[in-house]
Amino acid sequence: MPADTPQFQRLAEINRPRVLLFIDGRSCAALAGDTLLTALLTNGQRLRSSEFGDGPRAGFCLMGACQDCWVTLEDGTRLRACTSFVTGGMRIMTRSADRQ
Amino acid sequence: MSDKPPIVVGAGPAGSRAAETLAAAGLAPIVLDEAPASGGQIYRRAPAGFTRPYRALYGFDAAKARRLHLAFDGIKGSIDHRPDTLVWDLKRGTLHCLCAGRSREIPYRDVILAPGARDRIIPFPGWTLPGIYALGGAQIALKYQGCAIGSRILFMGTGPLLYLVAYQYAKAGGDIVAVLDTTDFAAKRRAVPGLLRSGSTFAKGLWYVAALHSRGVVVANGIRPIAAEGKDAVSAFVYRDAAGKERRIACDAIAFGFGLSSETQLADLAEIPFAFDSAQQQFLPEHDVTGRTPVRGVYLAGDGSGIAGADAAELAGERAALALLEDRGYEVGRPRVAALERAMRKIAGFRRALETAFPFPADIAAGMPDETVLCRCEGVTAGEFRSSVRALDADEINRAKAFSRCGMGRCQGRVCGPAAAVVLAAALNLPPERSGRLRGQPPVKPIPMAATT
Repeated sequence: MPADTPQFQRLAEINRPRVLLFIDGRSCAALAGDTLLTALLTNGQRLRSSEFGDGPRAGFCLMGACQDCWVTLEDGTRLRACTSFVTGGMRIMTRSADRQ
Repeated sequence: MSDKPPIVVGAGPAGSRAAETLAAAGLAPIVLDEAPASGGQIYRRAPAGFTRPYRALYGFDAAKARRLHLAFDGIKGSIDHRPDTLVWDLKRGTLHCLCAGRSREIPYRDVILAPGARDRIIPFPGWTLPGIYALGGAQIALKYQGCAIGSRILFMGTGPLLYLVAYQYAKAGGDIVAVLDTTDFAAKRRAVPGLLRSGSTFAKGLWYVAALHSRGVVVANGIRPIAAEGKDAVSAFVYRDAAGKERRIACDAIAFGFGLSSETQLADLAEIPFAFDSAQQQFLPEHDVTGRTPVRGVYLAGDGSGIAGADAAELAGERAALALLEDRGYEVGRPRVAALERAMRKIAGFRRALETAFPFPADIAAGMPDETVLCRCEGVTAGEFRSSVRALDADEINRAKAFSRCGMGRCQGRVCGPAAAVVLAAALNLPPERSGRLRGQPPVKPIPMAATT
């Protein structure tokens, strides 16, 4: 399956303004009001790599409890994807742990 | 001292009603909540710009959600509501909060803790694959974002949320491949007399199951999870059916959970003693029906003090606020207090029936295969955890955490803790409560180093 197969499927609330962001350098579209997690998972299937080499992660609890969805922006900022909203021009890296 | 406003932590059903009750008495509580808007998880509000009506978002509970939101919105001018605010520590008269990247201290005289609950999880092999979410998380994706967690979704676990979320997905147009319940049918039948007394709640449960059946969704009872399969994301779920036969269902998403677990870290930091609740199979902070705890000035309300559901949380929030007012010397209406306590006791009876209908399947946790990632934060497998427990004689969960790193990660054991306690007890042939509980540590959630300097 290619990496950009969307994991999440939009079932409702699709008439919101579009927001453009960059995921691993690729220009992608999301909708205003999307959490960063939604923006990433409607464009792919991963948020980050596990630091322990056991594969990709895509969040789990979506309510700020499990802390499994912290993502890294290109400028080094770290955000919890399920409780942060996407903003236009955001540049997110989902594979930063792989390079370390 | 008496000029300090009371503090309410959490703005879900319990926190909202507590704040409303304090405001009605002329006090202006500070309400600290992690979410951007009040409502908690169950009545979580959609972000600005979303248009689905209450009926679509909350179903049968639309009227309750609207009432709670309106009640909170109605007092906004007379309380100090601080959304997007994490309370990360609390000790002897001082709360530490993080808001907009900055930490602040708030001195308090009295505080009502209403932090709510999270999904109770039992890991199984493959559960960290992308596409696999907690049941509550799957519900948030739909309610808060209008998204399904995948295009072919499997629901697994136990508890009322299993059927509710599956039903909500079906209704929203999601493709559900199966609903797999770990509880056997006999346990549910035994619980029917107790559940019937709840009236509408039981009827709602029956409605969800019937609606799923009528849509042709496969519903199976008494299953045991074996593994999720997939390479970069989940592609199938393998389980044992009630007859013992291994089955595999292709899917690209799984939502699972085994009831709820209370958020108790702040109660712990407030030095409230804990006791093991054998019905809920978890350690809970001690409190009475009024919400008072052995620690003066600290009150508990809602699912954070033991799982009783949203209706009970509203009652408990109001009751705890009345207790706080009484302790400040206010006159409170005795008939109202009596009515609240009566209603809370009635719901408690229904909860006991629910625990019978959907018992926590501790055997699944106890028998978790060694290769299962038990702690997803630190990547600790059940096998590694068991060997450190046995080899180092770690007969208590905090000791086992120190040796294995299980529960030491960013979530502080919120996800792995309940199952890890069962794995530990089973490894040493101890009763479950002998494992103890993971101690709350500040900060209760990750905060940036820069925020505290």
